[in-house]
Amino acid sequence: MTTSAPARQPEGERVRLARTIRLERRLEVPRWLPVATTIGAIVVALVISGIILWFAGGDPIAIFVHILRSSFGSLGVLSDTLVTATPLILTGLACALAFRMRLWNIGAEGQFLMGAWGASAVLLIPIVPAGTPSIITIPLMMAAGMLAGGLYGAIPGILKAYRDVNEIIVTLMLNYIAAGWIAYWVFGPWSEAGFQLTAQFPKSAWLPRLSDFASSVPAFGGLTVHLGLIFGIVAAVVVRFLLFRSGRGYEIRLIGDSPRAARYAGINVARNTVIVFAMSGALAGLAGMSEVAGVVHRLQQAISPGYGFTAIIVAYIAKLHPYGVIIAAIAFGALILAGREIQPSGIPAMIQGIILFCLIASEVVLRYRVRIERRAA
Amino acid sequence: MDLTTILAAGVASGTVLLFAAVGEIFAERAGVINLGVEGMMLIGAVVAFGTAVATGNPWLGLALGTMAGGLLSVLHAVITISFQAEQVVSGLALTFLGTGLARVLGEDLSKAGAIALLPTLTIPGLAALPVVGPIFFTDQSVLVYVGYAVVPIAWYWINRTRPGLHLRAVGESPTAADTLGVDVYRLRYTYVIVGGLFAGLAGATITLAISPGWFGDLTVNGQGWIAIAIVIFAQWGVGRAAVGAYAFAAIGRMLVDIQGPQELFGFPNPFYVNHTLTFFLGMVPYILIIVVLVVVSGEAIRKRIGAPAALGIHYVRGERGH
Amino acid sequence: MSAVPAAAPPLAVAMRGIVKRFPGVVANDGVDFELGVGEIHALLGENGAGKSTLMNVLDGLYRPDAGEILVRGQRVEFRSPRDAIAAGLGMVHQHFALVPTQTVTENVLIGLDRPRFHIDIRRYDDKVAELAARHGLTVDPRARIWQLSVGEQQRVEILKMLYRGARILILDEPTAVLAPQEAQDLFRTLRSMVADGASVVFISHKLGEVAQIADRVTVMRRGTVTAAGVAIAGTTTAGLARLMVGRDVVETIERTPFVPGPVVLAMRDVEAESDRGLPALRGVSLEVRSGEILGVAGVAGNGQSELAQVLTGLRHCSRGSVTVNGAEIANRTPRDAISQHVAHVPEDRTGVGTAPNLSVADNLIMKTYRNAPVSRRWSIDTGAVRRFANRLRETYSIAAPTVDTEARLLSGGNLQRLILAREIESNPRLMVAVQPTRGLDVGAIVTVHRLLLDQRQAGSATILISEDLDEILALADRIAVLYEGRLVGLFSAAEADVAEIGLRMTGGTASSPAEPDAATQAVS
Repeated sequence: MTTSAPARQPEGERVRLARTIRLERRLEVPRWLPVATTIGAIVVALVISGIILWFAGGDPIAIFVHILRSSFGSLGVLSDTLVTATPLILTGLACALAFRMRLWNIGAEGQFLMGAWGASAVLLIPIVPAGTPSIITIPLMMAAGMLAGGLYGAIPGILKAYRDVNEIIVTLMLNYIAAGWIAYWVFGPWSEAGFQLTAQFPKSAWLPRLSDFASSVPAFGGLTVHLGLIFGIVAAVVVRFLLFRSGRGYEIRLIGDSPRAARYAGINVARNTVIVFAMSGALAGLAGMSEVAGVVHRLQQAISPGYGFTAIIVAYIAKLHPYGVIIAAIAFGALILAGREIQPSGIPAMIQGIILFCLIASEVVLRYRVRIERRAA
Repeated sequence: MDLTTILAAGVASGTVLLFAAVGEIFAERAGVINLGVEGMMLIGAVVAFGTAVATGNPWLGLALGTMAGGLLSVLHAVITISFQAEQVVSGLALTFLGTGLARVLGEDLSKAGAIALLPTLTIPGLAALPVVGPIFFTDQSVLVYVGYAVVPIAWYWINRTRPGLHLRAVGESPTAADTLGVDVYRLRYTYVIVGGLFAGLAGATITLAISPGWFGDLTVNGQGWIAIAIVIFAQWGVGRAAVGAYAFAAIGRMLVDIQGPQELFGFPNPFYVNHTLTFFLGMVPYILIIVVLVVVSGEAIRKRIGAPAALGIHYVRGERGH
Repeated sequence: MSAVPAAAPPLAVAMRGIVKRFPGVVANDGVDFELGVGEIHALLGENGAGKSTLMNVLDGLYRPDAGEILVRGQRVEFRSPRDAIAAGLGMVHQHFALVPTQTVTENVLIGLDRPRFHIDIRRYDDKVAELAARHGLTVDPRARIWQLSVGEQQRVEILKMLYRGARILILDEPTAVLAPQEAQDLFRTLRSMVADGASVVFISHKLGEVAQIADRVTVMRRGTVTAAGVAIAGTTTAGLARLMVGRDVVETIERTPFVPGPVVLAMRDVEAESDRGLPALRGVSLEVRSGEILGVAGVAGNGQSELAQVLTGLRHCSRGSVTVNGAEIANRTPRDAISQHVAHVPEDRTGVGTAPNLSVADNLIMKTYRNAPVSRRWSIDTGAVRRFANRLRETYSIAAPTVDTEARLLSGGNLQRLILAREIESNPRLMVAVQPTRGLDVGAIVTVHRLLLDQRQAGSATILISEDLDEILALADRIAVLYEGRLVGLFSAAEADVAEIGLRMTGGTASSPAEPDAATQAVS
């Protein structure tokens, strides 16, 4: 994309120097550039959002300050931010893992719901009798959540692997199906006294929180950060190890970069597709389990304000790196938390869209660089 | 559970899917996949409805709603064609943006009262035709008739005209088209925006003709995604897309009607007896889409047909090295 | 340097001082080029010399950074190929710019202003058929491009240009995809066009052809002109070669005598289909012994790709068996072939042989990441990976800043060194090498040939599938010819006769009058 052509000068006249700005394909990318462009993109996105907010009659600076204060201002709200971030870490990891192999898992929302269902099923079918202690119940719920999410994720995986069915549509449809599934159980067999939610889980099925230890550590009083956060951090470490230090991770990265080269190298792309989709689903399912066992303590329809979709942006901001996911998840946890109080309610979704747009637009900086040169006309 | 009513309703709501699908076919035939259809439809719907509420003029609403969809698609075009970003992600971002923006714009619209709708028509001679008359030509919105016209016109454009030849070439082999002087960038921009206009039109059709009113995200409720699935089912052919759109909408109507009566074909209606079972009915459309995609993919593998070859791939002229 | 034409005959094209840069390289550095009316002017140079770039500038695909172009004495500035076409220039590229799913006529019509809106396809089918007949370029206008042979597709490309009234034709390595007889047909067509008043630029790196077809030749090397518009009559092959490469070159291939070992590869009656479902291999049987290079010659599109894919587990065969040291590998997975020590140097370096955004190290372990020492029980030993990669980088002279550099930044020659390093390190019993030197500069070609010969020395069996007959003649102990999915000839190196082989490559019916001079050794 060049701009401006130098004008022709009649012979004998002084030659004028013309400046041309040219976009040139980059050969190498300096290591600091991706991080810089990500931060730059977010800044631009926030500025744009601020302008829109101003047009909508709000005071952008006040709103942003409010967001920061109500997310990080005190230990209490910080704890709330981390609680909101916990499912985002796990669903963000789910998306990051799948996207690494260019599998567009838009179904993290549905897999989250199925994980929540699976975990609830342990208590509500019931699979274990009422008085079972936590040490058995909780791991069982984790397993059930991951299994439910994993199987649900395997469905698009199998269809993609063996029939090349577009996974974007399938996972999206499965989201709606999962919502219907939950609705059936919550309105029907598991409904508590005819209301649209289930009975509250017994205490043995609650994930431990910091506030449980308030008697020994007074500072922990009222803090709702729960074990799910540990799940998220451990999962991030495991995924990082998987991606960069294991044979399976090598295969994932290779397939993601060049499926044809992967096949040439003897890698079974179809099997990896199913396995990775299942792993992705299991992570999202664990997020669902952590939410119902750690926060809501029952199964109901509204357990996710779109975690599965926000996870896509989280994964993207993190450039699909597991540790980056943790950071991005916390940032978006803050946004979601504060966003609950912002009117009108569509603003957080808009901001998310603007951020994602700015992020992908900013990638052009990684591909091209600007060259200004002076040439004789 | 009257078949004629179901099919007529299918044709009516199917028009929404048809517009969105035809728009997406144009964009994808040019090589650009636009997953933001849901967001563009929401924007079209809210702008159309809001304009009609504010001005009392549904035609103005139609025009502005259509344009709103087109405007939003410009973003997608710029980011994927000029900035060469990943088309899939850009489309998702567009959906987020469109959804959020529509929620914001429609903040107070759910309380709005009745509005003047677009007129419905019955075509005198054709309405009397046996079987098809009552379904296609009786008491349908003008937009439905527009839909009937769109199908052959779009088909003709794509398959029998010079601009259509270029459209197809750009989606299959942009290098070939570029070498022969076809402006690949301009064509892709054009057809992405055409897709956006159609999506906006589809949204406006919902709120001004089919199910008037603003219900937040539920106004469109996944129809944008279904339209994209229909494009795959149609194997990028306009006629087949129309069949898919009408059929799917008819099935959707049938699923609603099935819940009402106390008896169904002589047996007690399970959905009447146990209302929670209707959630499974709600799943049927989505399951159906998945099944259709699986069946079509098998066909595509067997017949070795498929998407436009350059779909989803950037085109950069003068990229060195082959 | 070029002389300023005072009372010279009118020039069809004059390019002066053309400069074109790409990131990291100056492809054209102040190049002058002149094309006279009614002449065939060869543009000679090895791969990477800048010939294609220069002609892409002339054709409007690239904008020059400096310099000017005159067509028939008028200064022109082409903003796109469309402008060039309007000025009467037409270029046929190496990689055809055709839309596979559309018909010949549709392809011819793309980009034109007529018909304005509605297309009456029958009428244009007839027009195209008539144009084709007039120039002796037989092709069915209603056929879809994917149904045509490569030679026929080339005819469509030429037709496209003629339909637009091109009087200046630029052909980029046109004979790379043709059998010797088809090349002769093309030369005949070109000569008749030129006699009619057209002018032709013929880009090539093959000395033999240039000597045969051209009136004048311009030689380029590394972006500059080393001989401008010299009449062919006054040149020698050796002289031209020196101008192309800058030193006295003829690659001397020393081949140790062929001592056949036991049979490694045995194919029996293999039948396989192409991606389109058409038969690609129709009962191929052959054997390759250890210490031998079997060259498979043939024009592109006669089953070579499918043959390589069947041997490496990338394609299903409907019949027949393929055994390596007795173990059946037909219709198994690529991994099975790899575990039988079948190495594969694929046709597509960048799309199949390497992963562009992964590092050199990651690309080098593609075949060995499951084995020690790279792999430990549960994880990959990154230290071992680095050591392995660095050792290979040294041994095979892979020019990359570090082993963490991304593969897409490597030149073609270095990518090929990477691929060969990787495949050779896997201790192959059978090496399947497909078009290993396509698009490489002389230095890289010499390296690749040496590595293949070293493997032969070490006892590997190699099957070399190449469209470059010269390469096969230089390296192979035995030569097989593949035509329409069948093996139609098997020669030992001693009895190989280019004319005979060329005949087999096109179906081996009646012999044709003019053959390329077998004694001319092209610089490969």
